[in-house]
Amino acid sequence: MIETKGLIKTIGDKMILRGINLSIKKGESVAILGPNGAGKSTILKIIAGLIKATSGEVFIDGKSLKKDSYEIKQKIGFLAHNSFLYDHLTPLENLKFFGKLYGVKDVEAKAKQLVDEVGLSFFLHDPVRSFSRGMLQRIAIARAIIHDPEILLFDEPHTGLDQQAIKLLNEVILKMKANGSTVIIVTHDFQQAVQTCERVIIFRNGKLVEDINNVSNNLELVTAKYAEQVAIV
Amino acid sequence: MNNLFKAAFIIAGKDLYSEWKTKQVVTTMLIFSGLVIVTFSFAFDPSNNAVRAIIPGLIWVITIFASLLGLNRSFLSETKNDNLYGMIVSPTDPSSIYLGKVMANFIFVLIVQLISIPVLFILFNFRFLGHLPLFICVVLIGTFGFISVGTFLAGLSANSRSSEMLLPIILFPIVSPIIIAAVQATRILLVDVEQIASAISWMQLMGAYNVIFFVLCFILFEYVLEV
Repeated sequence: MIETKGLIKTIGDKMILRGINLSIKKGESVAILGPNGAGKSTILKIIAGLIKATSGEVFIDGKSLKKDSYEIKQKIGFLAHNSFLYDHLTPLENLKFFGKLYGVKDVEAKAKQLVDEVGLSFFLHDPVRSFSRGMLQRIAIARAIIHDPEILLFDEPHTGLDQQAIKLLNEVILKMKANGSTVIIVTHDFQQAVQTCERVIIFRNGKLVEDINNVSNNLELVTAKYAEQVAIV
Repeated sequence: MNNLFKAAFIIAGKDLYSEWKTKQVVTTMLIFSGLVIVTFSFAFDPSNNAVRAIIPGLIWVITIFASLLGLNRSFLSETKNDNLYGMIVSPTDPSSIYLGKVMANFIFVLIVQLISIPVLFILFNFRFLGHLPLFICVVLIGTFGFISVGTFLAGLSANSRSSEMLLPIILFPIVSPIIIAAVQATRILLVDVEQIASAISWMQLMGAYNVIFFVLCFILFEYVLEV
């Protein structure tokens, strides 16, 4: 279970998050929607432990991210805009490095299995610098799930992907969901949001303005609620 | 504690392996060192006894400026695909990242010193008659002090737009005590061995500096990584 209590983030004079209270149950899949600058990526980065909140706290399974960050980070898989991959290393070397940081057992076999699952086993020993955006994103997905995380955080994962890569990504999300993982996706793609998530949260100006449950494949409802909230300026 | 060192070794191993593959950092550092040695060997007459006095300074000029090339690359290489964020979101203590980077940078500089110092002695026709174990000790302690502070400040300046310019500006005032001590101790051990007690005093100063600054950097690195 993920719980945020009064999360506030300010950068300089600008208030990015204005007291976010959020509760996400274990195994739930949630899409966070909102216009640019609404604070969607910021809250994801705070939950992932990448940035610190100015005030407020994040609790995961009842434990504070501040106090038990080592234990909590072990449970989180984070896929950001950038791949976090080293250009000069091969997919296998990249995955082995990150796998070792997460303490994955038999990391080489696991890395090979994941590269195979994302359909790039033919490129196992090529440096990732020669990869297209879609190929990089596939390896980045493998990196995010190498330690079988209980919580998956995806920041605009569908951006720049071809249809095949989108299908693969959605398959990964649904598979992780079926395994009981909690999934949070920040996205602008409503179609993908309703295909992969049952709950949608809408952010505007650093505030949570709408929380809709049971939206699976209900694109009309999400579009209408979004228009209703984001049109109000 | 085990996890802290384990992660540091993994990060250092990654940096060393990356260098083994790309050969960018050490090669650049070696080219720079070679250039300094050759230029000075032409500028000064190696047969002149007075020239021996510049050798301790030259050792540290090579170490400092070659290290700067490596230190600058150390964190800039982690910014291309936000690679550093990948480490921050993993269950890795920020101190492990610092420790791993210090280890890798230290090894890079030691490799450069291992090659450039003998070449310097050969080109300057310098016969080593000093105290070899203490000389090695001074080189190791001095280099470690410089690298531990340099790695911390390289991390601090990496997010700046002109980090390559910023690093030397903020680094030199802070490392000046250890550089002065290292040059003095090296001079005594190479050309003035009778004053060995004085060299030991300089080494004690370097030791104290290393302990204080390494512990400070180790603790404060968490704040350097704050995005």
